[in-house]
Amino acid sequence: MRGFSALFLATGCTVMVAQAHAADLPASIGKGEGNLNVVAWEGYADDAWVKPFEQQSGCKVHRKYVGSSDEMVALTRMGGGKGFDVVSASGDAALRLIFGKNVQPVNVSLIPAYADLMPELKEPLFNTVKGVHYGISYEWGPNVLMWNTKTIATAPTSWSVIYDKAHAGLITVPDNPIQIADAALYLSHTKPELGITDPYELTQAQMDAVVALLKDQRPLVKKYWALASDEVDLFKSGDAQVGAAWPYQANTLRAANVPVQDTIPTEGATGWADTWMISAHAEHPNCAYLWINHVMTPKVQAQQALSFGETPASTKACAEMDAAQPGACKQYHADASAAYFSTIKFWKTPVKQCGNGQSNCLDYAAWQRAWQQVKQ
Amino acid sequence: MSGSRKLLGHAALLLPPFGWLTVFYLGSLSALLLSAFWQVDSMSGEMIHEWTLDNFRILATDATYRIIAERTIGIAALVTVTDIILAWPLAYVIARKVGPRMKLVLLVLVALPLWSSMLARIYSWRLILGHDGVLNWFLRTVGLPEQSFAFTNVALWIVFTYLWLPFMLMPLVSALERIPASLPDAAGDMGATPFQTFRTVIFPLAIPGMAAGSVFTFAVTLGEYVTPMLVGGAGSEFIGNVVYSNVGVSGNIPFAAAYSMILLVVVGAYMLFARRFGAFDGA
Repeated sequence: MRGFSALFLATGCTVMVAQAHAADLPASIGKGEGNLNVVAWEGYADDAWVKPFEQQSGCKVHRKYVGSSDEMVALTRMGGGKGFDVVSASGDAALRLIFGKNVQPVNVSLIPAYADLMPELKEPLFNTVKGVHYGISYEWGPNVLMWNTKTIATAPTSWSVIYDKAHAGLITVPDNPIQIADAALYLSHTKPELGITDPYELTQAQMDAVVALLKDQRPLVKKYWALASDEVDLFKSGDAQVGAAWPYQANTLRAANVPVQDTIPTEGATGWADTWMISAHAEHPNCAYLWINHVMTPKVQAQQALSFGETPASTKACAEMDAAQPGACKQYHADASAAYFSTIKFWKTPVKQCGNGQSNCLDYAAWQRAWQQVKQ
Repeated sequence: MSGSRKLLGHAALLLPPFGWLTVFYLGSLSALLLSAFWQVDSMSGEMIHEWTLDNFRILATDATYRIIAERTIGIAALVTVTDIILAWPLAYVIARKVGPRMKLVLLVLVALPLWSSMLARIYSWRLILGHDGVLNWFLRTVGLPEQSFAFTNVALWIVFTYLWLPFMLMPLVSALERIPASLPDAAGDMGATPFQTFRTVIFPLAIPGMAAGSVFTFAVTLGEYVTPMLVGGAGSEFIGNVVYSNVGVSGNIPFAAAYSMILLVVVGAYMLFARRFGAFDGA
């Protein structure tokens, strides 16, 4: 079978490859194996929907949270990918997991909620390769600008505030190579002569300009945050007052009565679109399918969206969101998701091949080294 | 006949510790050395088992890694010197000025922090140094200007100094204890002032204690990565943090191995240096 696959690949017959893979897919979901090992973003396996799942399925959920896509990839690869069953990979990690053969193709016909996915997320390039689905799109959202309204009275509308000396020592940004894309997006507006069209496709000259901007920013940065809870602590203690965040931190801080506000500045924002993927070596594949089916139900989609401050991939979640919190569907863009979706530059793994057919873009290893140079 | 049997007995006695050392210590060390010459495919994350000097080339040419190594070694040296200065008065009192009961009380107090989690102690410094922390509350109360040590290299220096002080104190106390009372007495009889006695008799005899303590403070600070992660800020990366992010975050073990070689070399050199000052004589 494998020999045939290679032959088909070589001849570029992608449809046939998909069919060859389809033969390996499970035809039905069996009984749960009793356990499920989850690698996820902080806030992605909340008791609010984990407990009901455990009761219904009999699958005990074991959680491991990560702070960055790199950490997610490293963790899922540890021990050859054994030891975890499902992972909530973002777009910049998903392709690395697929090419590293760490995740397995998913039979979407076993997941009824697949039919209700936003069209944009049914087979996005970051989780579907040559027609083969390697997971189910989950939730998505932007990387926002967040600030303390008590110390910064006029609401900022540009990312320029996090590069501004006026806020020296009060800024926090994520400790993550993909953060380079935020700076690239900002430069694509402030220095159009650099010719940055896609913040994930940077030539060496463009990267040099981005690194220079980020190095100028470093003395202004109080701390690079690794976990969402780090940033929450920084804003609580008053050590940071403006920075790049997820809506999750803003929600958490507001719930703790810290006066913060968040926005997508005029330059737009980078963002993430997450996919639940199943390990190529999953020991509990049935529990994995049961889990994905559970979290794709409109109710959990709505719960997750409200607690993290993101937009659900399921088009059926809107009503549930409004039922839980009136106006939430509109607030989290679940009603006009397609238009909102197109304003966000979603994370993807930087590769040598640029979109314009050239191959002089920097790959992810170069991004990692550049980020280390920035942090020094 | 009996001589060779004796030799055999010695060999049998040596075998378990030697075997242990070979397997666990040298084994992992050589695995580390070996992997430093490999590479990782950035897309698939698979180890490429081809000999390459690329990791070392990057380390040699990219100033980033030199700056981080200099910072690590510099702060470790600073912490060592600070701990020596801070340890002296207390060690002197414990070793030579108080009775046995008081000595026990003081030694227990010194060791007490070591019984709690290091993580908790580091986090508590965040509460002290933070913008709205205990220190600023105190400064405001007494009418002094506020500081912002939190998440800076100054915070690193303070926390490291605090963490490793007991490790400097203990060897210094035992070195001071070992000085026979007759020596300072003799110096006094010969007409030396207390300062001269300290400078020419007590201090030189305490050098092995300081050297032993400095091996702890220097080597342990050098390999740290938790403290920089928790109380350091932008521009507080240590060698350990680069190793951590290459292994735990991006899965690039070969590069991490190559960089951690610097630690091995520096600690090894420091051990040789400390040995000349009698750091290991008491052992």
